[in-house]
Amino acid sequence: MKDMEEGYITEDGRKIGGVVMEMKNITLRFGGVVAIKDISFDIREGEIRAIIGPNGAGKSSMLNVISGFYVPQEGEVWFRGEKRPPMKPFQVARQGIARTFQNIALFEGMTVLDNVMTGRLTHMTTGLFTQAIWKGRAEAEEVENREKAERIIDFLEIQSIRKTPVARLPYGLKKRVELARALVAEPKLLLLDEPMAGMNVEEKEDMSRFILDVNDEFGTTIALIEHDMGVVMDLSDRVVVMDYGKKIGDGTPDEVRSNQDVIDAYLGVSHD
Amino acid sequence: MPDTLIFGMEVFLNGLMAGVLYALVALGFVLIYKASGIFNYAQGVMALFAAMTLVGIMEGQVPFAHLINAILGTEVHHFGWHIPAFLAILLTMGVMVFLAWAVQRLIFRHLVNQEPIILFMATIGLAYFLEGLGDIMWGADIKKLDVGLPQGINTAIDEVTYGWFGYGFFIDNLDIVATVIAALLVVVLVMFSQYTKQGRAMRAVADDHQAALSVGVSLNFIWIMVWSVAGFVALVAGIMWGTKSGVQFSLSLIALKALPVLMLGGFTSIPGAIVGGLIIGVGEKLFEFLVGPLIGGATENWFAYVLALIFLVFRPQGLFGEKIIERV
Repeated sequence: MKDMEEGYITEDGRKIGGVVMEMKNITLRFGGVVAIKDISFDIREGEIRAIIGPNGAGKSSMLNVISGFYVPQEGEVWFRGEKRPPMKPFQVARQGIARTFQNIALFEGMTVLDNVMTGRLTHMTTGLFTQAIWKGRAEAEEVENREKAERIIDFLEIQSIRKTPVARLPYGLKKRVELARALVAEPKLLLLDEPMAGMNVEEKEDMSRFILDVNDEFGTTIALIEHDMGVVMDLSDRVVVMDYGKKIGDGTPDEVRSNQDVIDAYLGVSHD
Repeated sequence: MPDTLIFGMEVFLNGLMAGVLYALVALGFVLIYKASGIFNYAQGVMALFAAMTLVGIMEGQVPFAHLINAILGTEVHHFGWHIPAFLAILLTMGVMVFLAWAVQRLIFRHLVNQEPIILFMATIGLAYFLEGLGDIMWGADIKKLDVGLPQGINTAIDEVTYGWFGYGFFIDNLDIVATVIAALLVVVLVMFSQYTKQGRAMRAVADDHQAALSVGVSLNFIWIMVWSVAGFVALVAGIMWGTKSGVQFSLSLIALKALPVLMLGGFTSIPGAIVGGLIIGVGEKLFEFLVGPLIGGATENWFAYVLALIFLVFRPQGLFGEKIIERV
């Protein structure tokens, strides 16, 4: 692996910056089950970082630790140069970490536009009263938030369903709406939990393209979980590989692909 | 003009006014249901509790007087002061906010992600607890509530209608005030839920807890806020009903009248609660007036429920409820 002190240049020539998020010796237990065992890795500004591993490896647990849904028993989480105290998920969100969910968590009763607008909640600062009477700064703020939302909606090509209640949408589009809601918050770190799960080939290709475009256009730092190896290797700059809660590999897709432990974990190995 | 028509118009107007009062109670249900998916059985008792507290504070009653006297052997009942209505209402609102905080802290925070039926049962428990707490704090006797709202026949309407039809309509001033207040309340609540950040966050929480968390909404804050607003609506309803018929246990039973209102209007619609209330109010008064004599009267007791049943069969989401969307 290259010298990582000040960032690095990717194969396709993008410049990756300093460390945004660092996980130090994270251990997470549920009762007697150890979901994550002493794992450390970092996520750098502007990169697409993947966490992969077979089913039950602890990938989702790791994502939930980053987004504050789980609190690890041991280890430290460093975000933008500061050690993060134990936080509630909504506080983590307010710090600028947006996420999507493996099983999609959208506001089903709201329209697509309303869903995306909730992503701007953390950016609204005007008072209750001015908002209710819809004047002055509140109006300006709403207009600005609306513009940002519309821009993301255009970008992800969901204009045609802007006013559709989310409950009516097919699965693939729901995933895209969820991405839009996370993206509109202008996150400093975007977490995607199995963005391609349950999709057909065409939908997967669309989603891959959007993830790359988002990273390219907005410079968003992305950490994603996926167990489709092919997709991950094409998308990501660096990959963490987990198996049974332990880290068994960390590096560029090529490095990881040739790592014997990773091959064993994915293809299985006889233990005799 | 035939007499029946004139009487019918008077009955219609009185029905509208009664409907507004039903709607006020139904509003409290809608607010909590919208924000947390909880059907709050305790809403009626909250109105009673708010009214009792208001009377207690205005009269300078010592809270828990019986308990204190029984334990310490003293004889305290009153502080000996009278607090003006406006100030007392503010203080009562403070009590309701505290109650909201306590309810969230002690009950619902521990029931996150539970089945709706479990949350519902928790509110039944809350209802009985509040009822007891109200009695212990302020005594179970029937109290008179007078915050200075005008009461009695509206002479202007009486005279005008007498001039027109040769028969003066009896419209209670209190009902007119209630109508104005309810209208204001609805405008404020709709603006709040549609146009403010907190309103949007509230709708988000109602829809999906996990997703709300992930966009930076504090569930605790929203729930306390919603229970406070529901407490405020309960206070308004408590003042209106308390002024009308005295502060007593039967006040909490108006909650049962809110049920058919909700089935008509839809559990999630603020305008629906109002329209549903009006339909029930007008419907039961007119039905009693027109059909009652033919079948022996006392139709007001059941008319609302039958109407609600019919709605359940043909339009289960109510008039304004969210469409039931199912993707297959």
